[in-house]
Amino acid sequence: MNILIKEIQADRLKKNVPELNVGDTVKVFVKIKEGGKERTQGYEGVIIKRHGAGADQTMTVRRVFQGIGVERVFPLHSPRVEKISLVRRGDVRRSKIYYLRERTGKATRIKEKIGARLEQAAEVPAEANA
Amino acid sequence: MTVGLLGRKIGMTQIFDKEGLVVPVTVVKLGDNIVTECMTKEKNGYSAVQVGGFKTLERKLTKPAMGAFKKRELPPCKPLKEFRVEDSSIYKVGEPLKVEDILKEGMLVDVRGRSIGKGFQGTIKRFHAGRGPMSHGSKFHRSMGSIGAGTTPGRVYKGVIMPGHMGDQNKCIRHLKVVEIDTAKGVLLIRGSVPGVEGQIVVVNPSKTKWNA
Repeated sequence: MNILIKEIQADRLKKNVPELNVGDTVKVFVKIKEGGKERTQGYEGVIIKRHGAGADQTMTVRRVFQGIGVERVFPLHSPRVEKISLVRRGDVRRSKIYYLRERTGKATRIKEKIGARLEQAAEVPAEANA
Repeated sequence: MTVGLLGRKIGMTQIFDKEGLVVPVTVVKLGDNIVTECMTKEKNGYSAVQVGGFKTLERKLTKPAMGAFKKRELPPCKPLKEFRVEDSSIYKVGEPLKVEDILKEGMLVDVRGRSIGKGFQGTIKRFHAGRGPMSHGSKFHRSMGSIGAGTTPGRVYKGVIMPGHMGDQNKCIRHLKVVEIDTAKGVLLIRGSVPGVEGQIVVVNPSKTKWNA
Protein backbone atom coordinates (compact mmCIF):
# COMPACT_ATOMS: atom_id res chain seq x y z
CA MET A 1 0.00 0.00 0.00
CA ASN A 2 1.14 3.51 -0.74
CA ILE A 3 2.77 5.34 2.19
CA LEU A 4 0.52 8.37 1.74
CA ILE A 5 -2.61 6.23 1.88
CA LYS A 6 -1.30 4.59 5.04
CA GLU A 7 -0.79 8.04 6.55
CA ILE A 8 -4.33 9.09 5.71
CA GLN A 9 -5.70 5.90 7.21
CA ALA A 10 -3.49 6.06 10.31
CA ASP A 11 -5.63 8.44 12.40
CA ARG A 12 -8.84 6.75 11.33
CA LEU A 13 -7.82 3.30 12.55
CA LYS A 14 -9.21 1.97 15.78
CA LYS A 15 -6.80 0.94 18.46
CA ASN A 16 -8.99 -1.50 20.31
CA VAL A 17 -9.40 -4.06 17.54
CA PRO A 18 -8.23 -7.40 18.94
CA GLU A 19 -6.14 -9.82 16.97
CA LEU A 20 -8.74 -11.81 15.09
CA ASN A 21 -8.35 -15.00 13.13
CA VAL A 22 -10.61 -17.09 10.99
CA GLY A 23 -12.32 -19.69 13.15
CA ASP A 24 -12.58 -17.46 16.21
CA THR A 25 -15.90 -16.94 17.90
CA VAL A 26 -16.51 -13.24 18.47
CA LYS A 27 -19.19 -10.99 19.85
CA VAL A 28 -19.60 -7.80 17.84
CA PHE A 29 -21.35 -4.82 19.40
CA VAL A 30 -22.99 -2.86 16.61
CA LYS A 31 -24.66 0.53 16.92
CA ILE A 32 -28.05 0.52 15.27
CA LYS A 33 -30.51 3.32 14.73
CA GLU A 34 -34.08 2.58 15.64
CA GLY A 35 -36.75 5.26 15.45
CA GLY A 36 -34.32 8.13 15.94
CA LYS A 37 -32.64 6.42 18.87
CA GLU A 38 -29.29 4.74 18.86
CA ARG A 39 -28.58 1.56 20.73
CA THR A 40 -26.02 -1.21 20.73
CA GLN A 41 -26.76 -4.72 19.68
CA GLY A 42 -24.59 -7.76 20.13
CA TYR A 43 -24.00 -10.30 17.40
CA GLU A 44 -22.15 -13.49 18.18
CA GLY A 45 -20.76 -15.91 15.65
CA VAL A 46 -17.77 -17.50 13.97
CA ILE A 47 -15.42 -15.58 11.69
CA ILE A 48 -15.42 -17.40 8.37
CA LYS A 49 -13.53 -14.83 6.30
CA ARG A 50 -11.08 -11.96 6.71
CA HIS A 51 -10.70 -9.47 3.88
CA GLY A 52 -8.59 -6.40 3.10
CA ALA A 53 -5.92 -4.51 4.96
CA GLY A 54 -5.64 -1.25 6.87
CA ALA A 55 -8.84 0.77 7.05
CA ASP A 56 -10.52 -1.43 4.43
CA GLN A 57 -10.44 -4.56 6.59
CA THR A 58 -13.62 -6.55 6.98
CA MET A 59 -14.64 -9.83 8.53
CA THR A 60 -17.59 -12.08 7.82
CA VAL A 61 -19.28 -13.49 10.90
CA ARG A 62 -21.59 -16.47 10.59
CA ARG A 63 -24.17 -17.65 13.05
CA VAL A 64 -27.22 -19.87 12.87
CA PHE A 65 -30.29 -18.00 14.02
CA GLN A 66 -33.62 -19.83 14.33
CA GLY A 67 -32.32 -22.55 12.05
CA ILE A 68 -31.29 -20.10 9.34
CA GLY A 69 -27.66 -19.33 8.64
CA VAL A 70 -26.87 -15.61 8.82
CA GLU A 71 -23.64 -14.04 7.61
CA ARG A 72 -22.81 -10.41 8.29
CA VAL A 73 -19.83 -8.46 7.00
CA PHE A 74 -18.33 -5.98 9.46
CA PRO A 75 -15.76 -3.35 8.51
CA LEU A 76 -13.41 -3.62 11.49
CA HIS A 77 -12.67 0.10 11.72
CA SER A 78 -16.24 1.30 11.21
CA PRO A 79 -17.58 3.69 13.86
CA ARG A 80 -20.76 1.62 13.85
CA VAL A 81 -18.81 -1.32 15.26
CA GLU A 82 -18.45 -0.27 18.87
CA LYS A 83 -16.51 -3.17 20.25
CA ILE A 84 -15.40 -6.63 19.26
CA SER A 85 -14.82 -9.14 22.02
CA LEU A 86 -13.24 -12.51 21.60
CA VAL A 87 -15.25 -15.38 22.96
CA ARG A 88 -13.19 -18.33 21.86
CA ARG A 89 -10.11 -18.98 19.78
CA GLY A 90 -10.69 -21.55 17.07
CA ASP A 91 -8.17 -23.87 15.48
CA VAL A 92 -8.79 -24.18 11.75
CA ARG A 93 -6.55 -25.07 8.83
CA ARG A 94 -8.13 -22.92 6.16
CA SER A 95 -8.14 -19.13 5.70
CA LYS A 96 -11.76 -19.22 4.54
CA ILE A 97 -13.98 -21.67 6.32
CA TYR A 98 -16.87 -21.68 3.89
CA TYR A 99 -17.35 -25.40 4.54
CA LEU A 100 -19.35 -24.45 7.63
CA ARG A 101 -22.19 -23.47 5.29
CA GLU A 102 -22.77 -27.07 4.28
CA ARG A 103 -22.68 -28.37 7.82
CA THR A 104 -25.28 -28.39 10.55
CA GLY A 105 -25.44 -29.25 14.21
CA LYS A 106 -22.50 -31.10 15.73
CA ALA A 107 -20.46 -30.93 12.53
CA THR A 108 -20.13 -27.15 12.82
CA ARG A 109 -18.05 -27.39 15.98
CA ILE A 110 -14.56 -25.93 15.76
CA LYS A 111 -11.60 -27.17 17.75
CA GLU A 112 -10.43 -24.71 20.37
CA LYS A 113 -6.94 -23.35 19.99
CA ILE A 114 -4.91 -24.47 22.95
CA GLY A 115 -2.61 -21.95 24.57
CA ALA A 116 -4.25 -18.96 22.94
CA ARG A 117 -4.24 -15.80 24.98
CA LEU A 118 -7.88 -14.80 25.04
CA GLU A 119 -8.10 -12.34 27.92
CA GLN A 120 -5.44 -9.94 26.70
CA ALA A 121 -7.20 -9.14 23.48
CA ALA A 122 -10.72 -9.00 24.89
CA GLU A 123 -10.06 -6.79 27.91
CA VAL A 124 -9.33 -3.51 26.09
CA PRO A 125 -12.31 -1.20 26.64
CA ALA A 126 -14.06 0.51 23.73
CA GLU A 127 -13.61 3.97 25.25
CA ALA A 128 -9.84 3.81 24.83
CA ASN A 129 -10.37 4.41 21.14
CA ALA A 130 -12.56 7.52 21.44
CA MET B 1 -13.59 26.41 -17.45
CA THR B 2 -12.30 27.97 -14.27
CA VAL B 3 -8.92 27.53 -12.71
CA GLY B 4 -8.19 23.97 -11.66
CA LEU B 5 -5.39 22.17 -9.91
CA LEU B 6 -2.93 19.59 -11.10
CA GLY B 7 -2.23 16.56 -9.00
CA ARG B 8 -1.18 12.98 -9.03
CA LYS B 9 -3.47 10.04 -8.51
CA ILE B 10 -2.12 8.05 -5.57
CA GLY B 11 -4.67 5.28 -5.23
CA MET B 12 -7.96 4.37 -3.65
CA THR B 13 -9.06 3.65 -0.12
CA GLN B 14 -12.14 3.81 2.08
CA ILE B 15 -13.18 6.20 4.77
CA PHE B 16 -16.25 6.37 7.00
CA ASP B 17 -18.72 9.24 6.93
CA LYS B 18 -20.57 10.73 9.90
CA GLU B 19 -23.17 8.00 9.88
CA GLY B 20 -20.55 5.28 9.75
CA LEU B 21 -21.12 4.38 6.12
CA VAL B 22 -18.21 3.44 3.92
CA VAL B 23 -17.19 6.03 1.32
CA PRO B 24 -14.85 4.91 -1.48
CA VAL B 25 -12.31 7.66 -2.15
CA THR B 26 -9.45 8.34 -4.52
CA VAL B 27 -6.41 10.01 -3.01
CA VAL B 28 -5.02 12.82 -5.15
CA LYS B 29 -1.75 14.44 -4.13
CA LEU B 30 -1.75 18.01 -5.37
CA GLY B 31 1.23 19.41 -7.23
CA ASP B 32 3.01 22.74 -6.70
CA ASN B 33 0.63 24.57 -9.07
CA ILE B 34 2.76 27.64 -9.71
CA VAL B 35 1.40 30.40 -11.92
CA THR B 36 3.86 30.67 -14.78
CA GLU B 37 2.11 33.13 -17.06
CA CYS B 38 -0.96 35.33 -17.24
CA MET B 39 -2.44 35.66 -20.71
CA THR B 40 -4.34 38.85 -21.34
CA LYS B 41 -6.80 39.84 -24.01
CA GLU B 42 -4.63 42.72 -25.20
CA LYS B 43 -1.44 40.71 -25.52
CA ASN B 44 -2.57 37.18 -26.34
CA GLY B 45 -6.09 37.66 -27.67
CA TYR B 46 -7.61 35.66 -24.82
CA SER B 47 -7.55 35.70 -21.07
CA ALA B 48 -6.04 32.70 -19.30
CA VAL B 49 -3.67 31.64 -16.61
CA GLN B 50 -0.86 29.16 -17.21
CA VAL B 51 -0.01 26.85 -14.35
CA GLY B 52 3.04 24.68 -13.86
CA GLY B 53 2.06 21.43 -12.18
CA PHE B 54 5.13 20.02 -10.48
CA LYS B 55 8.57 21.39 -9.80
CA THR B 56 11.10 19.42 -11.78
CA LEU B 57 14.82 19.26 -12.48
CA GLU B 58 16.46 21.53 -14.99
CA ARG B 59 17.90 18.63 -16.94
CA LYS B 60 14.41 17.19 -17.45
CA LEU B 61 13.39 20.11 -19.63
CA THR B 62 14.61 21.09 -23.06
CA LYS B 63 16.68 24.25 -23.40
CA PRO B 64 13.91 26.24 -25.14
CA ALA B 65 11.42 25.23 -22.44
CA MET B 66 13.92 26.13 -19.75
CA GLY B 67 14.41 29.55 -21.33
CA ALA B 68 10.87 30.58 -20.49
CA PHE B 69 11.43 29.79 -16.81
CA LYS B 70 14.81 31.51 -16.72
CA LYS B 71 13.34 34.67 -18.23
CA ARG B 72 10.74 34.93 -15.45
CA GLU B 73 13.11 33.62 -12.75
CA LEU B 74 10.85 30.68 -11.93
CA PRO B 75 11.71 27.14 -10.86
CA PRO B 76 11.35 24.65 -13.72
CA CYS B 77 7.86 23.09 -13.76
CA LYS B 78 6.20 20.29 -15.65
CA PRO B 79 3.60 19.99 -17.15
CA LEU B 80 2.21 23.39 -18.10
CA LYS B 81 -1.53 23.79 -18.31
CA GLU B 82 -3.64 26.76 -19.30
CA PHE B 83 -6.97 27.57 -17.70
CA ARG B 84 -9.27 30.10 -19.36
CA VAL B 85 -10.43 32.75 -16.89
CA GLU B 86 -12.46 35.95 -17.06
CA ASP B 87 -9.77 38.09 -15.50
CA SER B 88 -6.18 36.92 -15.29
CA SER B 89 -4.86 40.04 -13.56
CA ILE B 90 -5.67 38.68 -10.09
CA TYR B 91 -3.07 35.93 -10.51
CA LYS B 92 0.58 36.74 -9.95
CA VAL B 93 3.36 34.99 -11.80
CA GLY B 94 5.50 32.86 -9.52
CA GLU B 95 2.89 32.43 -6.81
CA PRO B 96 1.34 29.02 -6.12
CA LEU B 97 -2.43 28.59 -6.46
CA LYS B 98 -4.16 28.07 -3.15
CA VAL B 99 -6.41 25.04 -2.71
CA GLU B 100 -8.75 26.93 -0.39
CA ASP B 101 -9.51 29.53 -3.06
CA ILE B 102 -10.51 26.96 -5.64
CA LEU B 103 -12.01 23.96 -3.85
CA LYS B 104 -14.15 23.46 -0.81
CA GLU B 105 -15.20 20.29 0.93
CA GLY B 106 -18.45 18.98 -0.50
CA MET B 107 -17.89 20.65 -3.86
CA LEU B 108 -18.41 18.80 -7.12
CA VAL B 109 -15.37 18.50 -9.36
CA ASP B 110 -14.48 17.28 -12.84
CA VAL B 111 -11.34 15.16 -12.96
CA ARG B 112 -9.42 14.79 -16.20
CA GLY B 113 -6.69 12.30 -16.89
CA ARG B 114 -5.44 9.68 -19.30
CA SER B 115 -7.27 6.40 -18.90
CA ILE B 116 -5.52 3.07 -18.39
CA GLY B 117 -4.43 1.52 -21.70
CA LYS B 118 -6.09 -1.79 -22.48
CA GLY B 119 -4.28 -2.56 -25.75
CA PHE B 120 -6.00 -4.01 -28.83
CA GLN B 121 -9.38 -5.27 -27.73
CA GLY B 122 -12.37 -6.94 -29.35
CA THR B 123 -15.89 -5.55 -29.54
CA ILE B 124 -17.08 -7.39 -26.44
CA LYS B 125 -14.71 -5.63 -24.05
CA ARG B 126 -14.45 -2.41 -26.02
CA PHE B 127 -18.12 -1.70 -26.76
CA HIS B 128 -19.96 -4.25 -24.59
CA ALA B 129 -21.12 -6.16 -27.67
CA GLY B 130 -22.77 -9.54 -27.18
CA ARG B 131 -21.09 -12.87 -27.76
CA GLY B 132 -22.03 -16.34 -29.00
CA PRO B 133 -22.41 -19.48 -26.94
CA MET B 134 -19.08 -20.84 -25.72
CA SER B 135 -20.17 -24.51 -25.79
CA HIS B 136 -22.87 -26.91 -27.10
CA GLY B 137 -21.04 -27.27 -30.42
CA SER B 138 -21.09 -23.58 -31.18
CA LYS B 139 -18.24 -22.30 -33.33
CA PHE B 140 -19.14 -18.65 -32.84
CA HIS B 141 -17.55 -17.46 -29.62
CA ARG B 142 -16.26 -13.90 -29.29
CA SER B 143 -15.87 -12.74 -32.88
CA MET B 144 -17.88 -9.93 -34.47
CA GLY B 145 -21.25 -10.53 -36.06
CA SER B 146 -22.62 -8.79 -39.09
CA ILE B 147 -21.34 -5.32 -39.92
CA GLY B 148 -24.26 -4.40 -42.18
CA ALA B 149 -26.54 -5.38 -45.06
CA GLY B 150 -25.47 -6.56 -48.55
CA THR B 151 -25.94 -4.92 -51.94
CA THR B 152 -27.97 -2.13 -50.42
CA PRO B 153 -26.22 0.01 -49.17
CA GLY B 154 -23.18 -1.81 -50.60
CA ARG B 155 -20.84 -0.35 -48.01
CA VAL B 156 -20.18 -0.44 -44.32
CA TYR B 157 -21.70 2.45 -42.43
CA LYS B 158 -19.42 4.79 -40.58
CA GLY B 159 -19.24 4.32 -36.85
CA VAL B 160 -19.79 0.54 -36.84
CA ILE B 161 -18.19 -0.90 -33.71
CA MET B 162 -15.04 -2.88 -34.45
CA PRO B 163 -11.99 -4.14 -32.55
CA GLY B 164 -9.17 -1.74 -31.96
CA HIS B 165 -7.10 0.08 -29.40
CA MET B 166 -8.87 0.66 -26.13
CA GLY B 167 -8.03 3.02 -23.29
CA ASP B 168 -5.06 5.40 -23.07
CA GLN B 169 -7.36 8.29 -23.98
CA ASN B 170 -7.98 11.62 -22.30
CA LYS B 171 -11.04 11.10 -20.13
CA CYS B 172 -13.06 13.32 -17.88
CA ILE B 173 -15.17 12.12 -14.98
CA ARG B 174 -17.68 14.79 -14.03
CA HIS B 175 -19.41 15.69 -10.80
CA LEU B 176 -17.29 13.85 -8.27
CA LYS B 177 -17.64 15.02 -4.70
CA VAL B 178 -14.67 16.36 -2.76
CA VAL B 179 -14.90 14.48 0.51
CA GLU B 180 -11.92 15.99 2.26
CA ILE B 181 -9.14 18.51 1.72
CA ASP B 182 -5.95 18.12 3.72
CA THR B 183 -3.97 21.31 3.11
CA ALA B 184 -1.10 20.26 5.36
CA LYS B 185 -0.46 17.11 3.37
CA GLY B 186 -1.62 18.67 0.10
CA VAL B 187 -4.08 15.84 -0.41
CA LEU B 188 -7.57 15.67 -1.84
CA LEU B 189 -9.98 12.86 -1.15
CA ILE B 190 -12.43 12.54 -4.00
CA ARG B 191 -15.42 10.24 -3.86
CA GLY B 192 -15.32 7.52 -6.50
CA SER B 193 -12.76 6.58 -9.08
CA VAL B 194 -10.64 8.79 -11.28
CA PRO B 195 -9.15 8.03 -14.73
CA GLY B 196 -5.65 6.66 -15.11
CA VAL B 197 -3.08 4.52 -13.39
CA GLU B 198 -1.66 5.29 -9.96
CA GLY B 199 0.91 8.06 -10.30
CA GLN B 200 -0.98 9.55 -13.24
CA ILE B 201 -1.23 13.34 -13.53
CA VAL B 202 -4.84 14.48 -13.21
CA VAL B 203 -6.50 17.89 -13.46
CA VAL B 204 -9.13 18.70 -10.86
CA ASN B 205 -11.61 21.41 -11.85
CA PRO B 206 -14.69 22.69 -10.08
CA SER B 207 -17.76 21.44 -11.98
CA LYS B 208 -20.07 23.83 -13.72
CA THR B 209 -23.25 23.01 -11.82
CA LYS B 210 -25.89 24.78 -9.80
CA TRP B 211 -24.80 22.81 -6.72
CA ASN B 212 -21.43 24.49 -6.63
CA ALA B 213 -22.81 27.99 -6.17
